[in-house]
Amino acid sequence: MDAGLRAGSAFLALPSPGRTVARATLRMTGVMVAIFVIFAPLSSLVIWSFTRTWHWPHPFPQAMGFFYWRKVLEGDLFRALQSGFLIAVIVTVLTLLLTVPLAYLLARYPVPFKAAILLVFLLPHAFPQLPVFVNATTLLYRAHLAASLSGVVLIHMVGALVYAVWTMTAVFRSIPESLEEAAWNLGASRLKTFFTVALPLATPGLVASTLLVFLYSFDEFTGTLLVGSPFVLTLPVYMYRTSVGYELQVASIAALLLMLPGIALLVVLERYLKSEYLSMFGRI
Amino acid sequence: MDVRVEGLVKRYGRVTALDGVSLAFPAAGLTAILGPSGCGKTTLLRSLAGFMPLDGGRILFGVEDVTALPPQARNTAMVFQQYALWPHMTVFDNIAYGLRLRKLSGAEVRARVEKALDLVEIGRIAGVTQRRPGELSGGQQQRVALARALVVEPRVLLMDEPLSNLDAKVRQRLRAEVRRLQKAVGITTVYVTHDQEEALAIADTVVLMDGGRVVQTGTPQDVYFRPENAFAAEFLGVSNQLSGTADADGLSVGTQHVSYSGPLRGPVTIVFKATDAILADSGVAADGRHAVLRGMLEERLFLGSAYRHYVRVEGESLMIDGAEPVDHGPVTVRVPMARLQIYASP
Repeated sequence: MDAGLRAGSAFLALPSPGRTVARATLRMTGVMVAIFVIFAPLSSLVIWSFTRTWHWPHPFPQAMGFFYWRKVLEGDLFRALQSGFLIAVIVTVLTLLLTVPLAYLLARYPVPFKAAILLVFLLPHAFPQLPVFVNATTLLYRAHLAASLSGVVLIHMVGALVYAVWTMTAVFRSIPESLEEAAWNLGASRLKTFFTVALPLATPGLVASTLLVFLYSFDEFTGTLLVGSPFVLTLPVYMYRTSVGYELQVASIAALLLMLPGIALLVVLERYLKSEYLSMFGRI
Repeated sequence: MDVRVEGLVKRYGRVTALDGVSLAFPAAGLTAILGPSGCGKTTLLRSLAGFMPLDGGRILFGVEDVTALPPQARNTAMVFQQYALWPHMTVFDNIAYGLRLRKLSGAEVRARVEKALDLVEIGRIAGVTQRRPGELSGGQQQRVALARALVVEPRVLLMDEPLSNLDAKVRQRLRAEVRRLQKAVGITTVYVTHDQEEALAIADTVVLMDGGRVVQTGTPQDVYFRPENAFAAEFLGVSNQLSGTADADGLSVGTQHVSYSGPLRGPVTIVFKATDAILADSGVAADGRHAVLRGMLEERLFLGSAYRHYVRVEGESLMIDGAEPVDHGPVTVRVPMARLQIYASP
């Protein structure tokens, strides 16, 4: 402690230019450590995607090239991408169709047990994924929905609904009621007011919900694997299969491709999801 | 269009917001509903608009009972305290909204919107129709809200403290504008405010409310100069209250005595306005037409238009306004007997 105090006061006693340089160096080091911690794991993926052969214990690949990129782009990956994309779109559309009116009701009307209803949507995420999805798979088998697109869509919606309901309820709640009252006052029916006032003002929330739900569905793995196998293929399942088959190059490429929608989501969310909406989160 | 409400009752759980309110709003007149927070004035306004289902009573527009009608069918127009302009629409679309609902032609809509903008005197601003509400000042936004309400030619214009979000100078100016507009258009207007100066300035009829009940109605002069009870006397103007006891040979206020020839006996409340009293140095004698009270001048504030003196009389702190400053120390407060409002204490 004593030595630390002495070192600290020695630092503070440095003349001004010396202290600035020291502080700048510390900051640079901190930034570099952060970059390394965040990007080093990803660098492994990037290296693997450009590898042709790489055997342990060599620290670097023996042969590199675009071989596997070519192989992947000519292979099954596109089927997985298309299928996953289609499922994500269907899930998003169905989820929004169901949740937007529900969110409006929850936001504007005195619904009993509002908090309980909102929490019910959260339940699938409250439990470990595997037991939830295994049980769901059994149910879907009995309903003859397993290994089908519809089954996968359903299992995705179970987890996706909460993102849309919670976001849209908060967004509708953040729109001042006087804006809707002004429209009723001038003669607009409640439905017309919903479409001309509430919904346009909720657009940023809609965008955020769409992206959250889409990304959830696009990235969803456990449920898709259990319910969809063997016929329904999405990108995460494809990535899993190829990595299990020791085709790490293919898995790395799939992983890198999977990251792109996520990055796009973060950029768009940062722009659209304003703090006013988030302040309503949890204020049930 | 004459508007009448009869026996309006509205309860929120155990709180009674409207307790059997009956009022008449004269056609083409501006009726101001004045009162402290929680007196029920906004509840009354919102029930006129149809936003609030009532627990009892009726609302009549002319001869039509509109109590059961939803807000869309009542043909009223409301100007909100927060303006309630739609931020995702231009000024033009905001004003045109009501007209488009009535399926008017594009040319008709454009003509009426421009007429409304001229009426509220912002038609001259370049490009105002294409601006969003967020790009306008508070005063301009309120004018747009007013235009939006007037353009649909409603039966009743309802105004919910429309100027309280604006700063003092803008408020003063818009006050006169609102009155001018209302007279020009000739529309029955109900104007809710907690600012009594505003109510007195623009209203034809003032309705004073407290605790869900109507305390007094009348012209602004009636309510200001001839308040019917202690609450009304105290609410209007800058008022002072003293407790006293009335008996056959006068009023006793603490240890002091004021001549009194009225009929009340027993504990009374005496109310007079800060501008009705005159401060003089101690030693001025009483005469039949003035009440004279002795007190101690404790504080003096400069308001610009007058000096406000805080005088302690029999334990109460009174406010006396005057053009000339008076020094601290013992003083005499003289109030013309005619300006003393005396009410029996409950």
